[in-house]
Amino acid sequence: MSENAIQSARRSAGIVLVILACILLLVAVASLGIGRFDIPIGRVVEILLDPLIPATTPISAVEQNVIFTVRLPRILLAMFAGSGLALAGAALQGVFRNPLVGPQIMGVSSGAAFGGTLAILLSLPRAGLLGTSFVFGLFALILVYGLNSLVARRNILALVLAGVVISGFFGALVSLVQYLADTEDKLPTMVFWLLGSFATANHEKIVLIGPPVLIAGGLLLALRWRINLLSVGDEDARALGVQVERLRWLILTLVACIVAAQVAVSGIIGWVGLVVPHIARMLIGPDHRVMMPASVLIGGLYLIIIDDVARTLTGTEIPLGILTALIGTPVFAILLRHSQAGGGSRG
Amino acid sequence: MVESVVTIRSAGHSYDGRHWQFRDLDLDMKRGDILAILGPNGRGKSTLLRAMAHLLKLNSGMIDVLHTVGFVPQDFAGSFPYSVLDIVLMGRARHVPIFRNPTKTDTAIAMDALVATGMERYAEQSFNALSGGEKQLVLIARALAGENAILLLDEPASALDLKNQDNILGLMRDLASAKHLALAFTTHQPNHALAVADHVLLMLDETRTILGPVDEVMTDQNLEALYGIPVRSLKFQEGNVERIAIVPIFRDRSASAISTEKTVK
Repeated sequence: MSENAIQSARRSAGIVLVILACILLLVAVASLGIGRFDIPIGRVVEILLDPLIPATTPISAVEQNVIFTVRLPRILLAMFAGSGLALAGAALQGVFRNPLVGPQIMGVSSGAAFGGTLAILLSLPRAGLLGTSFVFGLFALILVYGLNSLVARRNILALVLAGVVISGFFGALVSLVQYLADTEDKLPTMVFWLLGSFATANHEKIVLIGPPVLIAGGLLLALRWRINLLSVGDEDARALGVQVERLRWLILTLVACIVAAQVAVSGIIGWVGLVVPHIARMLIGPDHRVMMPASVLIGGLYLIIIDDVARTLTGTEIPLGILTALIGTPVFAILLRHSQAGGGSRG
Repeated sequence: MVESVVTIRSAGHSYDGRHWQFRDLDLDMKRGDILAILGPNGRGKSTLLRAMAHLLKLNSGMIDVLHTVGFVPQDFAGSFPYSVLDIVLMGRARHVPIFRNPTKTDTAIAMDALVATGMERYAEQSFNALSGGEKQLVLIARALAGENAILLLDEPASALDLKNQDNILGLMRDLASAKHLALAFTTHQPNHALAVADHVLLMLDETRTILGPVDEVMTDQNLEALYGIPVRSLKFQEGNVERIAIVPIFRDRSASAISTEKTVK
């Protein structure tokens, strides 16, 4: 019987992934039409396909401009950021064997935020901002890991506390940098950058976030079964022939690449990396081979929808970091309650 | 003469450099052979087993292992509720390239390992929902899926009821004879050593050890020296076979009753 059961289990996971991909595509295309200048979804499809199949009514310069210059970069940015953060969170939760860690809890975001504000303070160019964000994001992760090994290597609570400590440390450094910044020009830039937004999305930012997310994300996805192995514990993994330290550092470096790139282009966007892997786990089970691809799809979907809300709910844009936290925290609370009540057979 | 798959020469391990858990230990393991490692708590049974699996470094001497080792831990607390098949598939780690997922062949081998342990019905169930005996069988299946010639089991039957103890011991016997594996296991149960082991290693105090064939080593005298309480071997007929059971002589019930009464008052 089992062979068939396994076949069907694998097929149903595949079906869930295909459905998620379809929803993501649909929402992304629909989002191109949503905004102050409304375009119906049928028309959006017509405009997108115009190079292949010429549209029945010619495309106006405004439509062209709204879709390709304003909204497409923004939606791509939201998708890269959401998918990247969700994937990073899923990988970190597996590596640390703890479903409560996320990029923000582990201090990576705070470290990257410090790197970014420092770059603004020192008037570094955007490439410099990406560089300092990346370096300090990774540095924060190293500090968390070091502190955790120093206190209690096997204690999950000590790990979360180490993350809180390092987050707090870099939070203080960010405040220090803001205190030192001139209040006319640099301080507002820092504050708005930190709150997180896709409003300034352009092709340059896509070029900045695209390659790190695609390359590091692709490698993380290729390592997704290895993350299963790491998630059973160091000694067990070692006994199975896994080179635990090397693999863990490879994964942490890839995660820091993604988070640093995301923070550099769109500021701190919390809770996505924590909440989305939980949704994925509930939907498709804990096996990282299917759970990580599902996280990628749900993460992109989640941020595109939240960004739609951010730019349409009120006349002025609501900063994204505020919305993800406002929506993410109650969602997480509900998920946590569900997973505890469900007897833990899944997620 | 069968070639040794594990060769241990003058091995020693110490956490602080003063108190040795074992020292100048020589040991060989051959395919088809089961070694039982007995000793009181804290004497270094698990340490020795971990050193053989290269999970710990020796402080002196060497361990030469000719084949990959499957290690079966006593307990396994996964943080995610993986299915039984996912757990067994992890045994394939050495055979799957780093940036790849397990193939259909790997899954088939994992299923075969589940069949060998009689756990194939549970393939899609959550590992965390299994009983202790079932978990132990799945962990053995995971070690089998790795196609290892050497199997090291840390107290495989300690936390199990009698029926499950019999299951695990029977499976170990089968694996040694039918699959021609070299097995070593640690145990607190002299009767388990009698039931399946070919050779026994007793880890006495002050790093003394006794190693030899099971019927030579498992004497009342040796076991009393090992555990520090009186031990009797009882011989009896079961069917046409002469069996031996080792019985520890625990403190007398009335004596202990009086002593607890005193402490209560």
